[in-house]
Amino acid sequence: MGEKVLMKGNDVIAEACIRAGCLHYFGYPITPQTEISHYLSKRLPELGGTFLQAESEIAAINMVYGASSAGARVMTSSSSPGISLKQEGISYIAGAELPAVVINVVRCGPGLGGILPGQCDYFQATKGGGHGDYRNIVLAPNSVQELYELTVKSFDLADKYRMLCMVMADGSMGQMMEAVQFKDEEDIQVYDKPWATNGMGCRGHSNFITSVNVNPDELEKVNLRLQAKYREVEKNEIRYEEINCENADIMVVSYGTTSRIMKNVIKEAKKIGINVGLFRPITLWPYPYEALAKHTDKVKAFLSVELSAGQMIEDVRLAVNGKSNCYFYGRMGGHIPSQKELLDEIIRILEKEDK
Amino acid sequence: MQYEIIIAGFGGQGVLSAGRLLVYAGMLEGKHVSWLPSYGPEMRGGTANCHVIISDEEVGSPILNFADIAICMNLPSFDKFESFVRDDGFILCDTSMVSIEKTKETSKKVYGIDATTKAFELGNKAFANIFIIGKLLKITKMLKPESIEKALYDVLPEKKHHLIPIEMEALKVGLAD
Repeated sequence: MGEKVLMKGNDVIAEACIRAGCLHYFGYPITPQTEISHYLSKRLPELGGTFLQAESEIAAINMVYGASSAGARVMTSSSSPGISLKQEGISYIAGAELPAVVINVVRCGPGLGGILPGQCDYFQATKGGGHGDYRNIVLAPNSVQELYELTVKSFDLADKYRMLCMVMADGSMGQMMEAVQFKDEEDIQVYDKPWATNGMGCRGHSNFITSVNVNPDELEKVNLRLQAKYREVEKNEIRYEEINCENADIMVVSYGTTSRIMKNVIKEAKKIGINVGLFRPITLWPYPYEALAKHTDKVKAFLSVELSAGQMIEDVRLAVNGKSNCYFYGRMGGHIPSQKELLDEIIRILEKEDK
Repeated sequence: MQYEIIIAGFGGQGVLSAGRLLVYAGMLEGKHVSWLPSYGPEMRGGTANCHVIISDEEVGSPILNFADIAICMNLPSFDKFESFVRDDGFILCDTSMVSIEKTKETSKKVYGIDATTKAFELGNKAFANIFIIGKLLKITKMLKPESIEKALYDVLPEKKHHLIPIEMEALKVGLAD
């Protein structure tokens, strides 16, 4: 491992993009992630790559479609309202089975909303967003170090499964600085892309990339193939972290920024004799249902903590399957729950459960 | 040991860069650090602030609800963050910007240094944050002055390296204040 350097989250995402061998970026600026574009606008031309500030988010995602069709590693980044604009392209990328990486540094909505951190795009990221039966792999880092590692990983997952991989951070993670340790050399797997539209060469046939298919038999086959691929991803790629889960009284489920706050709450709770477990999904899709379900008989209750009105709580309930009470605590509008708020909520829940 | 610090002032007073310098120096000393700037709409024409954590252990939340130390480089910051400081913590003010009379309004411990005036005397008001850091290190001994010097060389672009000896003079004044 290399030396530790101090970097801003957004800059680290951009650096990770380059380290993953992605030299093509299309984007449109929006707070709180514009530093990604800024960093890449300087670095990519130096490396002989493409930096293009598109005329809109919609144009950018369609440029991603094009570059990916030609076999290139490619990335775009935006924040919530911009990601909404990209949804049509994201669905087309899923339909055409193209690998691509999309970064969403989430801000609070709905609408143009505000520029402060949020986790209110969970539904959009994990349950669709665009039209059609498709899935994206969604990774949720909670530190600047993980922004690096998971961004690099996202390119590998995208190529491996020929699908879109989204890294979902939030405004405070994009803006904060922490120490990050880059590897001396990235372990990049190069995938053959015999499907790419990069000239026939000696291939003997032309490739054709499209998401349109008006024949119902053929289109159903495409869908069945996609679903089979998604089951494969569910089998292989689930990631999560468990902290202090042994003998926990209550299991808090949280990802990204809120999971960092929970680390402090765990310490504070210990001082007053409460054992709080933290289950942190790292893949938001595929969701770690089974791993979470294993805790149902051991804890008094589950609590989903989010910067939203309660979105991931639905997946927590699916995992728990009625075997335990599931509670929710969240803040919106860019507010971040304090440690005290969370600890008070935990005490309230446990008092209720003990009655 | 964990120091949780909020640094606040007008945009342009070097509030964010003071925080950056502290965390960089902390990292050089092998500590766990985090730096989170305010990037909300209050930046424009109002106050800027950053949350800084320098710790011997892994940093949990980078977002502070309370601080051990509030560095207030102007009056609005003092008004806003006085209540943010824990009872056993302290406030460090630029007394060129926050009057000594004003600092008597709080029951919390207050230290001051005439940073902006001293920076003008040194020929560059941008050095005010360095006087403040010097005073902070004098009070807490949380970092070595050499680490700040090394951090300055790493953080500043080369064309500004000729200013570092002057900044180190400012740091020494703060350390001796």
